[in-house]
Amino acid sequence: MRNFAHLGTNNGEEYGRGDPASSMVFLEVKGLKKSFGLKPVLRSIDLTLSGGERVALLGANGAGKTTLLRILVGLTKPSAGSACIDGLDIVQDAQQVRHLVGFVAHQPYLYDELTALENLYFFGKMYTVKNIQERASLLLDKVGLEKSARERVAVLSRGQVQRLSLARALLHSPHHLLLDEPDTGLDQKGRDLVEALLAEHTAHGGTILFTTHQLERALQLSDSIIMLNKGRIVFQQKTVNLELDKVQRTYQEAMVS
Amino acid sequence: MIFLEQVIAILWKDVRYELRSKQMWTGMGLFALLVLVIFNFAFDLRVDNKAAVAPGALWVAFVFASLLGLGRTIAAEREIGSMDRLLLCPVDRKAIYLAKLLGNMLFIGVVEIVALPIFAALFNVPLFVGALLPIVLLSTLGIAAVGTLFSAMAAATRARELLLPILVFPLIVPIVIGAVRATGTLLAPAVNEPPWLGLIAAFDVIFLTVSMLTFEYVIEE
Repeated sequence: MRNFAHLGTNNGEEYGRGDPASSMVFLEVKGLKKSFGLKPVLRSIDLTLSGGERVALLGANGAGKTTLLRILVGLTKPSAGSACIDGLDIVQDAQQVRHLVGFVAHQPYLYDELTALENLYFFGKMYTVKNIQERASLLLDKVGLEKSARERVAVLSRGQVQRLSLARALLHSPHHLLLDEPDTGLDQKGRDLVEALLAEHTAHGGTILFTTHQLERALQLSDSIIMLNKGRIVFQQKTVNLELDKVQRTYQEAMVS
Repeated sequence: MIFLEQVIAILWKDVRYELRSKQMWTGMGLFALLVLVIFNFAFDLRVDNKAAVAPGALWVAFVFASLLGLGRTIAAEREIGSMDRLLLCPVDRKAIYLAKLLGNMLFIGVVEIVALPIFAALFNVPLFVGALLPIVLLSTLGIAAVGTLFSAMAAATRARELLLPILVFPLIVPIVIGAVRATGTLLAPAVNEPPWLGLIAAFDVIFLTVSMLTFEYVIEE
């Protein structure tokens, strides 16, 4: 079992079959398709990602990035194909997969009328997090919201809500983070903070798959880049020695095609 | 144990949310009172027809007010950031259903507690609190059991306010009939009445079982 002690909880005993140490492959997607009505959104995605990586998912609006992430966290059912996270099927073993994955979406998935602390306590109960009070305080401190702990989410700024959303996603010490445009609404300080948290997560063996529209940011934060266009993977490459110019050119070509 | 803790946590969250937003209780309570007042003015309540009209008026008020609240609990989840918040968590979908059901019963129950004395005063009837309690409790359970399931179904549609009553009313007819007749026998005891309370309880068991088993398929995409 990997050491996730830095994140402060011990939910690890529940992972069992999904122990990432038993499998170097974090994500294995085979022939994944999704259609909404007659409109295909994902067209036969095949993808294999290793554990401990930071992967950026790029693509224009409507390319299928959010749908892919929603399928991986079990919020949307695929129309065809399969996907496994740490060897667990995302449909058959959905509940176990939810323990392994932390998700930050466009929407913060928080309750406006509850305080920041109450939100974390509530989600802590949902994820059966032990020592939830310590854990919530630690995470609020990490995301720089310790002074806003007793304020209702409704009165927090967009950036503060985004930070709290990240704290919610980290609450159960997930092995893998799936982040849909995590920089949304954040100022430079907030972006630095997110960067530090993500670096800490991967330093301890965690995996991150995130979407962004900022190519420079993708290069800066990721070990590899995947580009989606109209529901298909059109580019996948490690970021080592990859130059921004090439990424921009490829992105433009993919969008034009 | 984890199941119960999660049920209590969702219930606690819903109650706290409602106490702060005060959206449902106020609306449901006022609506129930208005229905009772309108019925009171609409009917000529002489002593001889009071027992026939009053129970119907009471249960129409309760059912209409309940539907207002039932539509809100899950619709609110969907509106304010969507139901995904809960579905993302590794929580048994039956726990979500049970918590929503208990929350709905609590919200309806509070409205009933407020409306009952006003009903007794307006219609000039005795309350029979001890005997009325099981009727109200079992009927509320049945209405909430069906209502919670169908409010989850209707919340995913645009016309949920219209759809919910259309889906729920036909199903709760046996419970409403049972509740009205059982309340009626308290005001004017009759011989050879069927065991209305038993009938309501039987429907509760059926509705609760079916709803628990099907909620997961209704709530997930």
